[in-house]
Amino acid sequence: MTKFVDNSSKTEFASLEKQKAAEDAPALSSAFRSFTPARIGLHKTGVSIATQECLAFQFAHARARDAVHAELQVPGLMQALQSILTVQSLPEPAILLLHSTAPDRQTYLQRPDMGRKLDISSLQRLVEIHRADKPFGLSIVIADGLSALAVERNSAALLTELFPLLYRTLPSLRVAPLCVVQQGRVAIGDEVARALSAELVIVLIGERPGLSSPDSLGVYITWLHPGKEEEIPASSEHTPAQIADADRNCISNIRSEGLCHAEAASRILYYIQEARLRKQTGTALKDPEPGHRYLGTAEST
Amino acid sequence: MEYSHILGGIRYGFSNLRDVMAKATPFRSGDALAEIAARSAEERVAAQYVLANIPLQHFLETPLISYETDEVSRLIFDTHDAAAFAPVSSLTVGEFRDWLLSDEATGELLSAIAPGVTPEIAAAVSKLMRVQDLILAAAKIRVVTQFRTSIGLRGRLSTRLQPNHPTDDAAGIAAAIFDGLLLGSGDAVIGINPVSDSPTAVKRLLAMIESFRNRFEVPTQSCVLAHITTQIAAIEQGAPLDLLFQSVAGTEAANRSFGISLSLLKEGQEAAQSLKRGGVCFDGSVGTNVMYFETGQGSALSANAHLGVDGLPVDQQTLEARAYAVARHFSPLLVNTVVGFIGPEYLYDGKQISRAGLEDHFCGKLLGLPMGCDICYTNHAEADQDDMDSLLTLLGTAGVNYIMGVPGADDVMLNYQSTSFHDANYLRRILGLRPAPEFEVWLASNHFSRLSLDASSPALLTGELLDRLLPA
Repeated sequence: MTKFVDNSSKTEFASLEKQKAAEDAPALSSAFRSFTPARIGLHKTGVSIATQECLAFQFAHARARDAVHAELQVPGLMQALQSILTVQSLPEPAILLLHSTAPDRQTYLQRPDMGRKLDISSLQRLVEIHRADKPFGLSIVIADGLSALAVERNSAALLTELFPLLYRTLPSLRVAPLCVVQQGRVAIGDEVARALSAELVIVLIGERPGLSSPDSLGVYITWLHPGKEEEIPASSEHTPAQIADADRNCISNIRSEGLCHAEAASRILYYIQEARLRKQTGTALKDPEPGHRYLGTAEST
Repeated sequence: MEYSHILGGIRYGFSNLRDVMAKATPFRSGDALAEIAARSAEERVAAQYVLANIPLQHFLETPLISYETDEVSRLIFDTHDAAAFAPVSSLTVGEFRDWLLSDEATGELLSAIAPGVTPEIAAAVSKLMRVQDLILAAAKIRVVTQFRTSIGLRGRLSTRLQPNHPTDDAAGIAAAIFDGLLLGSGDAVIGINPVSDSPTAVKRLLAMIESFRNRFEVPTQSCVLAHITTQIAAIEQGAPLDLLFQSVAGTEAANRSFGISLSLLKEGQEAAQSLKRGGVCFDGSVGTNVMYFETGQGSALSANAHLGVDGLPVDQQTLEARAYAVARHFSPLLVNTVVGFIGPEYLYDGKQISRAGLEDHFCGKLLGLPMGCDICYTNHAEADQDDMDSLLTLLGTAGVNYIMGVPGADDVMLNYQSTSFHDANYLRRILGLRPAPEFEVWLASNHFSRLSLDASSPALLTGELLDRLLPA
């Protein structure tokens, strides 16, 4: 570590006037605001942010807080998903509604472990469906996460783009029934996929709401390492092998003002193909390079 | 050693040093989640009595996390400097607190003992300290690091300009850099959290900052906070990389969950140093600190990598301090805790976030690190901008090296709230703090005037202006 005697206060830099140059500089031209959703070029008073800008921030914060605590509107979502599935073919039952062991939002926020586990009846339903002789190639899980709004607005639209890509590119892939999980976290997808004997799982989940994005959807792609369970020491029999974040790939910020559904679906397909090829996910798989021509997209067919 | 104390006629016993440390920790949700927090307020105080009477020497003989199976433990024990430790080696934890707060413990003396302080010792004493103690002791210590600017000098406050964009759009990022520089932000680093973790994307963003920096001759350094392996790949592709970033944690297993190890960090540091991009700083020396680390309480628990030698969880604040041992080994330019980012399951509300931020800053400084802080919260925590203002002011008085400068405090890519360019100017004004000396000179230069002129361009010209900043 560099260390030396601090004598800078005796140097020529002592003038506070210089710093005032920055404080007194003209505000950024408001024209720059069209290039980013970030809060740039805010009106100032002294060094502080002006009243109208402060109120706009408070409103956005209030909306994000409300999004965190909102409950998933299940009937609407199920209906939207059903309407996609009428034109796709999944084994019956095509959609399952499941629940984590976190009974409510307050518990969910403070006990992430409960949001990662299915409750008993949910687990039972999966076990009934699972047939060991016919494992699934892919399980798709939809979880409310930290924004039910994100799931309601984006999950059906994303799957509408993804299913045709999947069937065109990987026609023999066996897709498990869609699982909608209430009060679920990312890792609950691991338990769902294991119960269904699926080697790969993608989890569509409501991301932590930001001030300008209360409805942002994230997608996590995880290869399940089938067979690794045998290595778990006996002492941890109640906690299934935990998968590290570095072993997942993530696509973030899927919403109308962010990453569009078609582009997100192409990226998901890329990861699904890479994961199946290399039998792994995570930091070993790099993001597709810009300009990557996704297999299965219109340009390449 | 027996760990027990009689308080109010009741004998409180603790199973081992890990248990004492956990139960002596001021309450936070992450320790409750790990089921190691004190079961009552009185039990917490009993644990603090026990902790106060434990000799510092005892920590050097009692690993909390296995030396054999954890490379962070090996790093801590193998690099411990007994000579530096000597002046305080006879003290108990309680006596160490008294000494830290005494007039005898000057800043120079505190810097001199840093290589003899282990993370566990720093964490232990912080558990006996109130907020004002954490501020008073930390404020004595200055840790100065250099690349193109000198960060951490007394009377100075630097900022990381964080111009994130939800789709890595170069023009959008450039617009935010304009805003930040115009408001005097960015003397610690211009650091982008990218959406895309690819070497080409990292290279493209680094080239964009480079172009901006050269155009206005801004004395600062750049960083794109992708995974370290991606940044190393970008270096191999010829990217103009100044600082190498990585998140680090306090156990080998937690670092593994981040996809890193000490040897990988070493490899990265050597790759970044080989570029020799540091500049001549105000005192004539050339900056050589190339690493930038971020940490945060709760990261080990969230990776299920938080267990001690007895198979039970180590408290999150001690694990956080151990991350600083990892950082210290690589002479970083910048280290900051991202204190409220992880969420309410680890730090529930503004009170817990504030104390954690001050603990992290104190422990980092005591260990000799150039500590900054991302003063922040998420929308699922019980906190708001008032809590951030309080912690910002407290950390300013504690002498924090740098804070974040996020447009309007709202990070539109990472979806959390931090501190704004304006917040930094509030703190500079209220405490009489100034930017890094090299940056301060630049603010009074013609280069800054040119930037101001461009920034107030009429609407028709802004697109062209941003295009010119983007590398071909």
